[in-house]
Amino acid sequence: MKSSWSTRVLVCLAAAALAATGLAACGGSSDSSGSRELTFFVAIQPGGSIEEVSKRCSKESNGKYTITPEFLPTDATQQREQLVRRLGAEDPSIDIIGMDVIWTGEFANAGWVEEWTGAEKKAVTEKVFPNVIETASFEKKLYAAPFNTNTQLLWYRKDLVKQPPKTWDEMIEQAEGLKEAGTIQVQANRYEGFMVWANALIESAGTPILSSPETVELKQGPTEKALGVMGRLARSSAAPSNLSTSDEDTARLGFEAGESAFMTNYTFAYASAQAEAPEIGKEMGFARFPRVDASKPSKPPLGGFNLAVSAFSDNQDVAFEATACLAGKESQKTAVELDGLPPSRSDLYTDKAVTKAYPGFAQLVKESIEAAGPRPTAPAYQDVSSALQRTLHPPDKIDGEDTESIYDELKSNLEAAVKREGLL
Amino acid sequence: MTVNAPANPNPPAAAPKGGASSRTRSERKLAWMLCAPAVIAMLLVTAYPIAYAFILSLQDIDIRFPDEGGFVGLSNYVSVLTSELWWTDIFNTVFLMVISVAIELVLGMAIALVMHRAIFGRGVVRTAVLIPYGIITVVAAFAWQFAFAPDSGFVNNLPLISDEMDWFGGRFSSFAVIIMAEVWKTTPFMALLLLAGLVTIDSQLYEAARVDGASAWQRFTRITLPLMKPAILVALLFRTLDAFRVFDTIFVMTRGAQDTESVSILGYNQLISRLNLGLGSAVSVLIFICVFLIAFLFVKGFGAKLDEGRPGG
Repeated sequence: MKSSWSTRVLVCLAAAALAATGLAACGGSSDSSGSRELTFFVAIQPGGSIEEVSKRCSKESNGKYTITPEFLPTDATQQREQLVRRLGAEDPSIDIIGMDVIWTGEFANAGWVEEWTGAEKKAVTEKVFPNVIETASFEKKLYAAPFNTNTQLLWYRKDLVKQPPKTWDEMIEQAEGLKEAGTIQVQANRYEGFMVWANALIESAGTPILSSPETVELKQGPTEKALGVMGRLARSSAAPSNLSTSDEDTARLGFEAGESAFMTNYTFAYASAQAEAPEIGKEMGFARFPRVDASKPSKPPLGGFNLAVSAFSDNQDVAFEATACLAGKESQKTAVELDGLPPSRSDLYTDKAVTKAYPGFAQLVKESIEAAGPRPTAPAYQDVSSALQRTLHPPDKIDGEDTESIYDELKSNLEAAVKREGLL
Repeated sequence: MTVNAPANPNPPAAAPKGGASSRTRSERKLAWMLCAPAVIAMLLVTAYPIAYAFILSLQDIDIRFPDEGGFVGLSNYVSVLTSELWWTDIFNTVFLMVISVAIELVLGMAIALVMHRAIFGRGVVRTAVLIPYGIITVVAAFAWQFAFAPDSGFVNNLPLISDEMDWFGGRFSSFAVIIMAEVWKTTPFMALLLLAGLVTIDSQLYEAARVDGASAWQRFTRITLPLMKPAILVALLFRTLDAFRVFDTIFVMTRGAQDTESVSILGYNQLISRLNLGLGSAVSVLIFICVFLIAFLFVKGFGAKLDEGRPGG
């Protein structure tokens, strides 16, 4: 009768598990005098900073609320798809949203996130970089508390390159001239990272993609210069063989494997190389994102997360306070300590937490964020990004010397995209 | 064509139209009542969503812009059908469907013959063959993607293949990997359906043919194939419909980049990524019509009979 004994054990275990969850659920929801449960939907961070700040803020509330993080995938596209499906259905189980800088227009326009006003607004924007506040705003109203920001630097091999290049064309030329590791790592798979790269090049060349949510700016001269850089790199020997499927991670891996003398990537790349490939890591130099036009300073990419309060949350009264804590100064320090995420508060760049995470380049990161050219804000951002990705990917289809036809195609596709017309 | 398939093995099932006895009538009534729960369930889970999708497809409706939109008639269909992207994706889908189903049919037939003839370890052979079909498509797609990844995969270390080959960086190399993964995954299903047809063939026919001096190839083309026609058509129908809706493998491997997008991914992009329910529903309805046409072609054009060729059918 062994089998029936083990079945009985299983049944008992299952019953016990059910009872336990049942009790926990009862304790959590019906106790109105006790702690309020807040659910925080946010992208997972491998260093554990999200768990850490959730725990600290819950503790500091003295039992007012408990924040439970719910993790979203690492890929920005998939994070958004999971969130918008719930928000579109007015899901009340989301209280706080970790919002990528590019979703603000969409979420605010759809009425999914609450506006920040008064003293709370003042507190969460204090000392924050102005262009980061911009990414949390839509139509001059603030919809989220800036948490971390992010930017890309040019990483290069000091043992192979004497003087880091000022422009992309110089960099391509230098890479082509190298006997070994003569490639440049970028992010050019067909995903949001491609939009990040293209936008930084177009901004650096001197024109924004959109001048308002429904108007395409994209001046011809500068845009063609930026497209020329993409095409020339993609068709040169400086392009890694996996250029059109590359992302942040393949770029980092290629650089750490010693295949590339140059890489544009986020700040995590430095700590990663020190840990994964110390030989390469000790030769790792850093410089500002290269220019497109030699006479204009570059406008590096800007990323990061802002924290918003869901319009469908039943706990909005405490959620604003909790969000302010999650995005506050202490939390930003935790994020840079554990996950190397750049703070959105400019006054933290002389703090030990930041100078330790970015040895020697904390000021460069700060300068890069201040000069960054953010991606456009628009309710139909997803359409704009998809249209650009579809038109320019794979980048080797761009003829670096003759960019007029691809420019015309890009402009007309983006004009359809801001009006949300056609298939994408 | 010396050996002909026996005439329709099913006795005429339809009851005489007029003058049905009261017993026939009451039996028919009972049959309807027995079917009713299934019919109602089918209506709820299939007819309702299809009708709802059709209604959505006639509207300009975008979750991101809750205050805008309204009834727009067939204009969503016009935007889809005049879009170059739709036709590219139709081409991609049909291309993938034809190539993968053709390979699956040939391999599936070979495997079915092996499973049928296996003298020893029949159970082991059949189980081993079915394993790929038991693996979740997304998992299988990731396994193939990792195998072909330029940095971590083993494929680029094989002889005759360049170490630098970026399989998912080009259209036809991506298609090749997608087709391989699809074929690997679904050939067992094809083989199983074909095996079911194979076991219904009377072995006496083969013995008679052998006595008459027919070669193995002749026995295959003149006995096996004609008698298996119903099973082959059903297997082809199922796999063609499945292949037309291909999604997971492409989604995992390229997400539709390098012009490898299928119509299902196109629908997903409009619905889930852009939240444009009007356009997305129009794409879905058009996919439904395509699937319907394929089924119609098989059933009416080639005479596939869904009640044959399956175990017990």
